[in-house]
Amino acid sequence: MATESSKGGSLQVIGEGNLSLVTSPHAHFGWSTARIMWTVSLSLVPCLASAVWFFGAGVLAPVAGAVIGAAATEWVVARLNHKPQTLPDGSAFLTGLLLGLIVPPGFSPLHALLGGVVSIGIGKAVFGGLGDNIFNPALVGRAFLQASFPAGMTDWSASVARVDAVSQATPLGLYKFGDPSQFASDIATQKLLVGNVGGCLGETSAVAILAGAAILLVTRIAHWQIMVSMVLGGFVFGGVLHLGGVGPSPLFHVLSGGFLFGAVFMATDYVTSPTTPRGQWIFGLGIALLTILIREFGGLPEGVMYSILMMNAAVPLINRGTRPRIYGAKR
Amino acid sequence: MALRSFRGGVHPREHKELTEHKALQVMPPPAEICVPLGQHLGKPANPLVKKGDRVRQGQVLAEASGFISAPVHSPVGGTVVKKTKGPVVGGTTAELLVIQPGPAPAPEAGAPVAIADDGPIFLPPLDPRSVSGKDVVDRVREAGIVGQGGAAFPTAVKLSPPPDKPIDWMIVNGAECEPYLTRDYRLMLERTADLVEGILLIGTALGAKVNLGIGIENNKPAAIRAMREAIAARGARIEVFTLRTKYPQGGEKMLIDAALGRRVPPGELPMAVGCVIQNVGTALAIRDAVVLGDVPRAATLTVSGLGVVEPKNLRVTIGTPLRAVLEYCGGVRPNARRVVVGGPMMGFAAYSLDAPVVKATSGILVLSDAEVAANPESACVNCGKCVAACPVGLMPTRLARLARLRRDEEARDLGIEVCMECGTCAFTCPANIPLVQYVRLGKKNVRNLPRKEA
Repeated sequence: MATESSKGGSLQVIGEGNLSLVTSPHAHFGWSTARIMWTVSLSLVPCLASAVWFFGAGVLAPVAGAVIGAAATEWVVARLNHKPQTLPDGSAFLTGLLLGLIVPPGFSPLHALLGGVVSIGIGKAVFGGLGDNIFNPALVGRAFLQASFPAGMTDWSASVARVDAVSQATPLGLYKFGDPSQFASDIATQKLLVGNVGGCLGETSAVAILAGAAILLVTRIAHWQIMVSMVLGGFVFGGVLHLGGVGPSPLFHVLSGGFLFGAVFMATDYVTSPTTPRGQWIFGLGIALLTILIREFGGLPEGVMYSILMMNAAVPLINRGTRPRIYGAKR
Repeated sequence: MALRSFRGGVHPREHKELTEHKALQVMPPPAEICVPLGQHLGKPANPLVKKGDRVRQGQVLAEASGFISAPVHSPVGGTVVKKTKGPVVGGTTAELLVIQPGPAPAPEAGAPVAIADDGPIFLPPLDPRSVSGKDVVDRVREAGIVGQGGAAFPTAVKLSPPPDKPIDWMIVNGAECEPYLTRDYRLMLERTADLVEGILLIGTALGAKVNLGIGIENNKPAAIRAMREAIAARGARIEVFTLRTKYPQGGEKMLIDAALGRRVPPGELPMAVGCVIQNVGTALAIRDAVVLGDVPRAATLTVSGLGVVEPKNLRVTIGTPLRAVLEYCGGVRPNARRVVVGGPMMGFAAYSLDAPVVKATSGILVLSDAEVAANPESACVNCGKCVAACPVGLMPTRLARLARLRRDEEARDLGIEVCMECGTCAFTCPANIPLVQYVRLGKKNVRNLPRKEA
């Protein structure tokens, strides 16, 4: 049955025994979960770079601590469960990296490591692992750190490590607890854009965050609906209050604290955000609204973390309420 | 102007460059062909010949066995060797007539006179300009023409819509959105005038009021140009819809949506919105049946994939085993791994190379290791890519999960039966979850549920 061909083609290589038999489709887009996770990690490089630039190379210690804590926990959990090793899919590394970028400069590497352990252990593994967790694991880790080490998590003194202009308190802290009359002159929009202000490692530079956002949007990894709706919500809700005589300008809201970092890297976490496009709009707007409310009327200067965690809890409900309309079906 | 399309969909690598410049070739019939009695959706045809019979090319081998059925004609002149069960595409076996092509054997010495007339026997040609609609439908039924878009639905049934469903648009599907396949493209380029005639004849069959059109994806500009020129030359009123290249643009619902902005409701056929869709190959078969009196004797198909030595566009005698077609294309390369009949998105993996080409076969793909390489399945991360891509607005990840858990009622309530199994979800899933495969299983289970009370 072999045919004579100058190019050597023969049908024997696909004899009946070794035909690959599966049902359609016989084509795939080619991306994997691992490729997505590692690409997101790559998109955090500008933020990491801005942290080193503004706060010094010492900031790499807590970042490394968080990554090691998260990765080690992932490895151990897979071992204990006798499950295939999920470390190479990059999701635990990404969780650690995200956590490391939302602690203050000078944060204890050991505490960061503990945060990484909690992120994966409590934030993810107890729910059944990747895909089954309700809350953003990195934010679970951060909430744990905030509760356990409140002093360390609000110590911005290391902010001055390298660049003199970096103020000791965060802009939001200044706004909430400082002298409002001084505030406007102290925190110029330009500083917020560049990032030479006090704050958590990765969240101060809007430019770096937007560079990461560009990677996530060009590769179509992140749902643009979440980024856009959260930022839009910040402007709208912050703007309404501002016009009513409450609070700073909406631009300040969006550029300060963890707002942009949350919108680009935290709220867009696949597992803990809605799957439907309409749901993603509701999710982003909800986070923005809660954040502005906490900042203006709550006891804390910042509210992005709790807002995202609260909206995480609402995701199943949002998904159910925003099912796409079946093609051709009447309303 | 924005290109016409639909919501959702994906952009698989096209691979059309392997064959799009290759003119159609006629492959000579092999030494033995196996003609299945059921080459269409519906009841298999009833055989009229038996072992040892001489058959003429175009002779009826088996007659239609009901309204939704189609007769089968002999693709060649030859001798019926046997009636048997054998492998067919789709993973089953079916009744086949094995025929040896060739002239009648020379009469033995002293035998009675040889058969006088052994040549082809076709239907009487009809004048396309004066033929009536009923005559066209009768001819389509008599010729056993079936849809070549994949489902192989008997075309005469589609051309006889019930009186309460007025049809105002007939659109020929020239989207050819499946990767690799280029046979519709070649037919549009090489048989343009005949295709225009075929479209007009379908118009005749459906009545004077029907508007005619053809939808072609914008990755086939030469076909769009050729069709426009041929339509102008003929002075015909046929609209050419340029569609955005996107899979599954050639799905009936997607094509109607893109061309006319009409949405076929769930569970309904295109006729619910006044439309009939026909494939390019079907329109040409109709033209040949009317103008030449010809019956389907060969399938026009694309042989492609990185695992075949010489990709080609071929006209292959119905009943030719896949093996013979691949041999005619120089055989397969050492990296060949999977043979797919149809396109890669919705085609069937062949389990036996003895399965024959049938009326509706559109392609034979030999996919290499690299083309079928797949990442291992991992957990769903709720990325929502399947939801965004599903052209019929379903949540494939949710449906797949419900199917896996046998929560059939919930799956039904979420519209699982609306799925047309285009495979977009599984194509796009980064966790490589076999989504459409689970949904297929779920659909089957839902069909077996007791009927929901109204």
